[in-house]
Amino acid sequence: MKFLCVGCDEPMRFHSVEGPEEGSVRVSFGCPRCGHRVALLTNPVETQLVRSLGVKIGGREVPPEPLEVVRMSVARQREGALEVEGEEGVVWVEAAEARLQRLPPLARPMAWMAISRYARERGWTTVTPELMGEYRARMGF
Amino acid sequence: MPKRYRDIVGDGGSNILVQVEEIQARLRARMARVRKKVAVTSGKGGVGKSVLTANLASILAADGRRVGVLDADLNGPSMAKLLGVRGQHLHLSPVGVHPAEGPLGIRVRSMDLLLPEDRAPLTWEAPTQQDAFVWRGTMEATALRELLADTAWGDLDLLLLDLPPGAPTLPTLAGLLDLDGALVVTIPSEVAGLVVSRLVELARTHGVRLLGLVENMAGYLCVACGTLGELFPGDGESLAETSGLPLLARIPFDPRIAWCADRGRPYALEHPESPGGQALRALAARLRALLWEEGAER
Repeated sequence: MKFLCVGCDEPMRFHSVEGPEEGSVRVSFGCPRCGHRVALLTNPVETQLVRSLGVKIGGREVPPEPLEVVRMSVARQREGALEVEGEEGVVWVEAAEARLQRLPPLARPMAWMAISRYARERGWTTVTPELMGEYRARMGF
Repeated sequence: MPKRYRDIVGDGGSNILVQVEEIQARLRARMARVRKKVAVTSGKGGVGKSVLTANLASILAADGRRVGVLDADLNGPSMAKLLGVRGQHLHLSPVGVHPAEGPLGIRVRSMDLLLPEDRAPLTWEAPTQQDAFVWRGTMEATALRELLADTAWGDLDLLLLDLPPGAPTLPTLAGLLDLDGALVVTIPSEVAGLVVSRLVELARTHGVRLLGLVENMAGYLCVACGTLGELFPGDGESLAETSGLPLLARIPFDPRIAWCADRGRPYALEHPESPGGQALRALAARLRALLWEEGAER
């Protein structure tokens, strides 16, 4: 899908994406010549269709993680189906562990591995809910 | 004249096309370590395709080949059971998700290993399940692509893809992968023959190389007296002739096949001298020849 500013006959540029909220994503585009802005508001079926492609509108800062769509989208998941090796030197505080447990079972090991690595690479030895929030914001979730 | 779709280069920064290309590149990189990729397909269900896949994998692995099996039947997965890996935990590492390991080192990926219980169907989280038919096919294609691309298969001589019955998955896989071929499994009945003809035509439309036809349940083997009785009235030879495919094997039904399947044990290795075991071994030899000999290197 491409957007054209009719007045300028100029292709519009992606500006930002917000949501999903109540199943709808708001994707904004702007005309680089006149600055005119439009927003595309998806309905829940369209939102799900984009999600099912495994892509993020506007791009990614980091490559997709293994089984990203499967882990986040399979409704009923087996506990402990995925196992992950420990990351040495990083400890999760209880509140961070509790927050991790709120993720779907298949998503937990990858989140655990990625956030532990994120902490270790920055020289931190403890994973807290604040650090999880920072990671989430950095990765554009 | 105002600009048209084709006059505008790129996607305006929404970055979807780049991501799709990156996804495909990731799959290509993973599959570069797999020498041969063969789909096992059928026009209809209940022809014994998955059992045949499991036995072929076992024979070739026993021969020293490095074999992987992808259970592409997301909604009716059975390969984990047939290859005795149900309940195994999958190991996640930075290079991907390591497959379960079956008999003889066969590497197995199946949706069954991710679902919580026997009666749990595969359903997808979504803002709404209304009009799910719009996106469900795309979601399943993406799941298949992830199972292929995000599994740390390692180096494989052969990846067998056990497809669900019917037509839709073969074109999907043909779009994702450079398949080396497909085996078509059928039983000698008129109804099965009708759907095989459609499947053959579909495969050709999508440029899939059909390696040949396998006639399964070609008679019933009495285990007590060893005689082979008729099970279905038709025969695979005339179906092969009609469809223009070589008939690669005729495999009789032996009740021990079902017994072994239920226990996750390869019948062809447990009963190598039985008519069924010999037919399966002959099929594996034929497949080997088609893939690695007879100038088949592509």
